Amino acid sequence: MSAERSNTKVYLGVFAALAFLTALTVWASYLDLGKGRNIALALAIAFFKVSLIAAFFMHLKSEKRAVHALFYGAALLALLLFLLVLPDLGLP
Amino acid sequence: MTAAVHREESFIGKWIFSRDHKVIGLQYMFTSLVFLLIGFSLILLIRWQLAYPGRPIPFIGDLLPDSLAPGGIMMPDFYNSLGAMHGTIMIFLGIVPLGVGAFGNYFLPLQIGAKDMAFPTLNMSSYWVYFVGGVLMLSSFVLPGGAARAGWTSYVPLSVISSGQTTWLLAMTFLITSSLLGAINFIVTTLNLRAPGLTWSRLPLFVWAQFVTGLILLFAFPVLQAGAVLQLLDRVAQTSFYMPQGLIISGELSQRGGGGNALLWQHLFWFLAHPEVYVLLLPPMGIVAEILANGTRKPIFGYKEVAGSFCFIAVLSFMVWAHHMFVSGLKTSLSYLFMTTTMTISIPSIAILTCYLLSLRNASIRYTVPMLFTLAFLPMFGIGGLTGLPLGFTPTDVYLHDTYYVIGHFHYVVVTGTLIALFGGIYYWFPKMFGRSMNMFWGKVHFWGTIVLMNLIFFPMFIQGLAGVQRRLYDPTVQLHNLTVQPTNVLMSYASWGLLLFQVPFIVNFFWSIFKGARSEENPWQATTLEWACPSPPLPHVNFEKVPTVHRGPYEYSVPGREADFWPQNEEN
Amino acid sequence: MNDTRVLDTSTGIPNGKLGMWVFLASEVMLFGGFISSYVILRTGSPYFSIPPREMLGVPLATLNTFVLITSSVTMVLALDAVQKGSVKGLVRYLSATLFLAFCFLGIKAYEYHHKWLEGITLTSGLFGSFYYTLTALHALHVIGGIVFISYLLAMALKGRYDSREHARVEYAGLYWHFVDLVWVVLFPIFYLL
Repeated sequence: MSAERSNTKVYLGVFAALAFLTALTVWASYLDLGKGRNIALALAIAFFKVSLIAAFFMHLKSEKRAVHALFYGAALLALLLFLLVLPDLGLP
Repeated sequence: MTAAVHREESFIGKWIFSRDHKVIGLQYMFTSLVFLLIGFSLILLIRWQLAYPGRPIPFIGDLLPDSLAPGGIMMPDFYNSLGAMHGTIMIFLGIVPLGVGAFGNYFLPLQIGAKDMAFPTLNMSSYWVYFVGGVLMLSSFVLPGGAARAGWTSYVPLSVISSGQTTWLLAMTFLITSSLLGAINFIVTTLNLRAPGLTWSRLPLFVWAQFVTGLILLFAFPVLQAGAVLQLLDRVAQTSFYMPQGLIISGELSQRGGGGNALLWQHLFWFLAHPEVYVLLLPPMGIVAEILANGTRKPIFGYKEVAGSFCFIAVLSFMVWAHHMFVSGLKTSLSYLFMTTTMTISIPSIAILTCYLLSLRNASIRYTVPMLFTLAFLPMFGIGGLTGLPLGFTPTDVYLHDTYYVIGHFHYVVVTGTLIALFGGIYYWFPKMFGRSMNMFWGKVHFWGTIVLMNLIFFPMFIQGLAGVQRRLYDPTVQLHNLTVQPTNVLMSYASWGLLLFQVPFIVNFFWSIFKGARSEENPWQATTLEWACPSPPLPHVNFEKVPTVHRGPYEYSVPGREADFWPQNEEN
Repeated sequence: MNDTRVLDTSTGIPNGKLGMWVFLASEVMLFGGFISSYVILRTGSPYFSIPPREMLGVPLATLNTFVLITSSVTMVLALDAVQKGSVKGLVRYLSATLFLAFCFLGIKAYEYHHKWLEGITLTSGLFGSFYYTLTALHALHVIGGIVFISYLLAMALKGRYDSREHARVEYAGLYWHFVDLVWVVLFPIFYLL
């Protein structure tokens, strides 16, 4: 019974974290930290939010290896595409 | 669990909209073979133009409309359409549906001892989406504007402004969707539906190949889909994802906003299209393993190394794509990177071929028709693979890119390699699918004619390429340096028409044997893998009378101390 | 329907769940391809002009982000409810998720209309082209989610789900959280940077 109640608690806790991080990222975007740093900060916050959603809402945390491999594999490949094309077309 | 459920199945439910993987596999097989024949006919027309530029095409020339071939003489635009559609049809409508859709669907569940795929309804949808996409792709020939003509590679900006491309992009969406649905099925089925005792190290190499291929399709195709959507929008909505600033088309400055990058398409396209060639290659390599073990009566040499190489190739295949772009204006530091990864990917390919060759050592080979095709695959794939090396090496690729050398290279791998292996698979698995065997005399006729003529068509391409003959040339004789090798075009064209003739015994043999072939037993090749442990053809919807249990590896042939020279995977002792 | 076959599969993961994760992996590549193209052209093309901040409507988009995140929470609470045996809770939270999903689309439609009138169109420049293409693709996925969740709601009202049989609720949840996840990436790269 207590495990079930703590489930709800976890979800609401993650909700609060996501709401906070959303507000944080909007607030931070109005600061001028230099283009590179703004981008890095926004991406870091987005990455953190993505991790929370995946780990807790999608229960990735408790999933088996095969599922982890699929998800991280895709993420890495997408990143590979981006990182290899960026030097060719992306940097002025 | 033991008896098949007998429900009243209408003809439509049993043969048209069936969820049984075997019916779907057969649907893929028949459809893909028809598309292969159509794709083949397109290039036979081109071969006339290449051998005799500007001369009216005999017989067929009179049947062609004036918009395509006035007076029977092929128009350049029609030539371009034939070329673009030949490549597109052969790859996406022919080889992949045959190797993956037909053989994968039919034999993956059987080889893992399963009743069906994990998602039978999804499986049925994947076939029908493929069918619609194929019909749409072919229909482009008769739609206003004609068929696509910017190469199967659809490079921008030409593909954005030329006719027929919108249909191509829409048809590709169907084909990509079909492949993705299939890939999901193959991956989940292999992970989840293996029979008791069937561990990863006991899987037949055919299953390894299909599983890895499913993963390649899953990760690679969506990127092409994204690229295709952007190209479609450039065509119909006047966006400029790929259209650079200040583009001049037919002497006039383009009114588009501009700002896009043409090379972006090449990156997105080849991100799929390179792994795609391993989709063309891996399932037939799996088929070769099956027939090789069976025909040599020995386990495959280096099972772990072959399976590992399949996986290594799949991973690396995502990191080599820009070797297609060495002369595109690609940043040179990236050229170094992609050249290195490309040279590296030859290692697992050579490892697989070496293991297969070593499997022949001390073997008592049974020279059956499937074995002939399988043995031929080995040196043919060797030639195909080795000729790829100068292409992956940037300095030599600068000369060879877009010459006939490239065409020779990939046709050796896909035609004398993949297609030959797929033919072998048809002869090998025909008895299981239809309960009858094909005629072996005509099989040998088919084999010898095919292998000799294929070499006569494709080998001279290396000579042409080294002489500097460019690909996609409507009239090769307009370039003076091509004239010395123009006679090879005549030889190649006659060889290609001869090749068509030698497919007739195959086509007749195939259909005749379905109805009148000699009846076959459950395991006519005395093989060890699970697909031979069920009736021929397997029971509708359940395949096996009893769920098999696996006790040993897939290639337990000639085990010392045993009387029979094969020990089926599911046999108790 | 196929909830109780966890023991039947070689990995122990139900077919449907594994299938959904495999599908989502392909979606990562699909959105990855689009997003990479956007970022690469934005940083690399000298003709890529970015509209001024005021034209982007950041406050409304921020609200929309909250709406979608909230719908993700209601979705996971819906699963949580049915896992504990509460069909009422399931129905309540699924309905909330649907309501929020429609809100998201409504705000999106308003945004599109407003931006178009302001001059950010599909062809006004690469920013507009990418903005509409990517967010429309995302919106199509939201619509797909609405269809899936509506189906679940209908089944729930018919009493088809209980604490043991509710697999599709979980699979729809995975899909819906993924749709939210994509938006978490799209929001900063279009509105904030």
